[in-house]
Amino acid sequence: MKGRARTRSSRRFGDVALSLGTGLAAALVLLIVVVILGDVIYNGAPHMTLTFLTQAPRDGMTAGGIFPAIFGTVALVVLMTLAVLPAGVATAIYLSEYANPGSRLTRLVRVAVNNLAGVPSIVFGLFGLGFFVQFVGAGIDRALYGGQRVFGQPALIWAALTMAVLTLPVVIVATEEALAAVPRELRLASAALGASRLQTIARVVLPQALPGILTGAILAISRGAGEVAPILFTGVAYFLPKLPRSLHDQFMQLGYHVYVLSTQSPDVDATRPILYATVLVLLLLTFALNATAVVVRSHMRRRFAGASS
Amino acid sequence: MNGDANTDAAKISLSVCDLVVCYGDKRALGPVSMEIAEKHVTALIGPSGCGKSTFLRSLNRMNDLVLGCRVEGDVRLDGQPIYGPGVDPVEVRRRVGMVFQKSNPFPKTIFDNVAYGLRIGGMRDRAEIAGRVEHALGRAALWNEVKDRMGESAMGLSGGQQQRLCIARALAVEPEVLLMDEPASALDPIATAHIEELIHELARDYTVVIVTHNMQQAARVSDYTAFFYMGDMVEFASTDTIFTHPSQPRTEDYVTGRFG
Amino acid sequence: MSEQPSKPQPGRVIPVGLAPSPRQTLPRLGPPPLQPTERKGHGQAERPRLASWRPKFHALAEAAIRVLAFSSIAAVVLIFVFIGKEAWPLFHDSAIWKEVTLAKMWFARQWPGYDAPEHIWQPVSEVPKYAVWPLVVGTLKVTLVAMLVAVPLGVGSALFVSQYAGRRLREIIKPTVELLAGIPSVVLGFFALMVMATWLQQALGLESRLNALVAGVALSFAIIPVVFTVSEEAFGAVPRSYVEASTALGAARWQTIVRVVIPAAGPGVAAGIALGLGRAVGETMIVLMASGNAAILSASPADSVRTVSATIAAELAEVVFGGAHYTVLFFLGALLFAFTLATNLLGEFAIGRMRRRLGGVA
Repeated sequence: MKGRARTRSSRRFGDVALSLGTGLAAALVLLIVVVILGDVIYNGAPHMTLTFLTQAPRDGMTAGGIFPAIFGTVALVVLMTLAVLPAGVATAIYLSEYANPGSRLTRLVRVAVNNLAGVPSIVFGLFGLGFFVQFVGAGIDRALYGGQRVFGQPALIWAALTMAVLTLPVVIVATEEALAAVPRELRLASAALGASRLQTIARVVLPQALPGILTGAILAISRGAGEVAPILFTGVAYFLPKLPRSLHDQFMQLGYHVYVLSTQSPDVDATRPILYATVLVLLLLTFALNATAVVVRSHMRRRFAGASS
Repeated sequence: MNGDANTDAAKISLSVCDLVVCYGDKRALGPVSMEIAEKHVTALIGPSGCGKSTFLRSLNRMNDLVLGCRVEGDVRLDGQPIYGPGVDPVEVRRRVGMVFQKSNPFPKTIFDNVAYGLRIGGMRDRAEIAGRVEHALGRAALWNEVKDRMGESAMGLSGGQQQRLCIARALAVEPEVLLMDEPASALDPIATAHIEELIHELARDYTVVIVTHNMQQAARVSDYTAFFYMGDMVEFASTDTIFTHPSQPRTEDYVTGRFG
Repeated sequence: MSEQPSKPQPGRVIPVGLAPSPRQTLPRLGPPPLQPTERKGHGQAERPRLASWRPKFHALAEAAIRVLAFSSIAAVVLIFVFIGKEAWPLFHDSAIWKEVTLAKMWFARQWPGYDAPEHIWQPVSEVPKYAVWPLVVGTLKVTLVAMLVAVPLGVGSALFVSQYAGRRLREIIKPTVELLAGIPSVVLGFFALMVMATWLQQALGLESRLNALVAGVALSFAIIPVVFTVSEEAFGAVPRSYVEASTALGAARWQTIVRVVIPAAGPGVAAGIALGLGRAVGETMIVLMASGNAAILSASPADSVRTVSATIAAELAEVVFGGAHYTVLFFLGALLFAFTLATNLLGEFAIGRMRRRLGGVA
């Protein structure tokens, strides 16, 4: 070997240095998670009582609960899912089973969908405001309400649709992957028995792709529960006296509540307990959803492991 | 197309006239013309890549599912053209069934596998479905082995059982013709022997066309044999003729093992 | 009983007739029968043979699939189109130009009451000022801090997990990173604002409590999982044969890693960094809460900043629909969109190349 001969100790030093250095990086990452979660749990858990979860806020957010925010978050997520699941799954089915796979149009659509997943959420907020609220909403007002402002303003439906567009790529990509994982022989077997394309999809492909589709759906839902930027101007509000009763009402939401309480609270110390408890509730909700997705995914792996022929 | 008819003619199930199959610009098969006898076993033999599987797939329009595949020529089932205008390939496949080289049962129960073809055809009566499933499994010589576990997953069966299940699944819709693409090539000798016996039985009620790379199997099992080579059908005659006194030198080279 | 065949023509052999098989006493083939053979039907004997039959709802279901698919594809296209459309007046509308033009946005201007030409972002004032540089520089500062923290931590821990960690450690670290990925950005912003800002101010004695440094560090928490996941896949995809060859030549573990594994995984790691960069530039809530939201143009990370994304978020609620401010905000949004699209395409392209080159998929 040319140059300095590597002695055993210098070699070992290199090994130790690299392993320690990278191990330190990993340890720091763990530390970050532990500190954040620890802080939230420590400060939030004592205040997360049943009354907190079921009551409305009182006294300028220094007492009471956050039930309206929980209700609003759930309502938003449910509406979003009702919109995004059929559209996303149908699009994935169309792209992977019906469209001509080689056509440039199909490939272009796929590129567009894949890259929409990385677009900043604030851009979706722009879209939601400009298109849904001010274009579609105002149009509905002109057509059905004689110009009166009903839908042409921030509303639950527009926030839900904006979130649906945001999570659409997630559902499409997850569904397409799940569909592609179904072995081709099963489709051939079904076709050879005289099944039409729709029958093959409905009876053979979809049932087997279902766990993957569910995983994608749950991940989309969990994103929907946590994102705030897209709903900032499309429907969310800080304090509402009543729960949203119809699609054109505004709503409260957990993440937005955290944002406003942190940045605009008149008395930080007084609202601190509520703030921490709200963060804890939001975290628990998100984690519960993610954990469900992981469980569904590993259940799917077990099913496929037992299904090898 | 007829030689001297000395006794009552056997009916023709499938007749093929000038069939040509192209993948993109490449001609993979043809032109081929032959007739398949009803309720007999016709074997297609030849070295790898000679087009026998492509030919088989043309008989039930499975080639339609291959991207870029073009089929020209005339194939008739019971005298009706299957590539005619207004013909639905799905309907063709209900009458011409297929069993694949590697068994491909659905990840469903044994019962649901066999009942699949009936259900997509619109059959709803549970008793009738159950009866047909049992009948099909019986014909596939599998009933006794699975009658107590119809509700179990089909993936738990052995390789040979899975293939017989696929045969039962194809039989349940009562096709006229059964196409088999190297049905025993993935199986051990005992399972292979079962399948061959089965083919023998099945030919009493169904027209069977079988692709095989195993010449001895073709000789054991079939009544008529067609020899394919490099996309052309070189010779088609009774099995006895092909294997004992073939008329084409290439056929003779193949069956005597000089190449392949 | 075989006949002697005529000379075969090229490409076509005419079967001269089939001799019967000796196995079954079966006669020779004759002409095809004129009547189709009788078959047992299964309740479908009335259908015209070989013609199409489907349950009625098939057509409805397939139409529904097509409609849904086209509407969601339309939504995807619409986003691209709409953002551009709302930003477009900036390029041609003279009414907008009275208040702001592209030139006014990118060059320093002399404003009344100031000594020298300055870049100032102050859209809501008597004399609206739309200089974009403070926002861009703010974004750059925060992103730089975030990347300086996230890349070493993300790549380093990915390297640790793929080269050094045993199974149990791996099963602790990977889920923890997924946990981090699952934390909503508003929570990270909350933590930065309530807790980290105070710590940093006490530790470093900074003047402004909320600044680019605080926001950047908090932002890095959101980026680390992205960098980690992609880098870990890249390291894992390096073929064992490379590692074995290097070891067999007498290289120490660290030499193999530094000279073989890291270069081989290079494109993948770069892709992860590119994706992380896109995420950093586009992130809104963290910077909205932790950066101080003052559009100050300076080089120091200890100053408060305003990023492009936070600007949009903070100001869009009060703009006049169709006005100059509105158009400029959409223009900024279009810029963000274009930038993240570019980094995503780059990242995906690099990941695709890495997967093809190394032949491995995690």
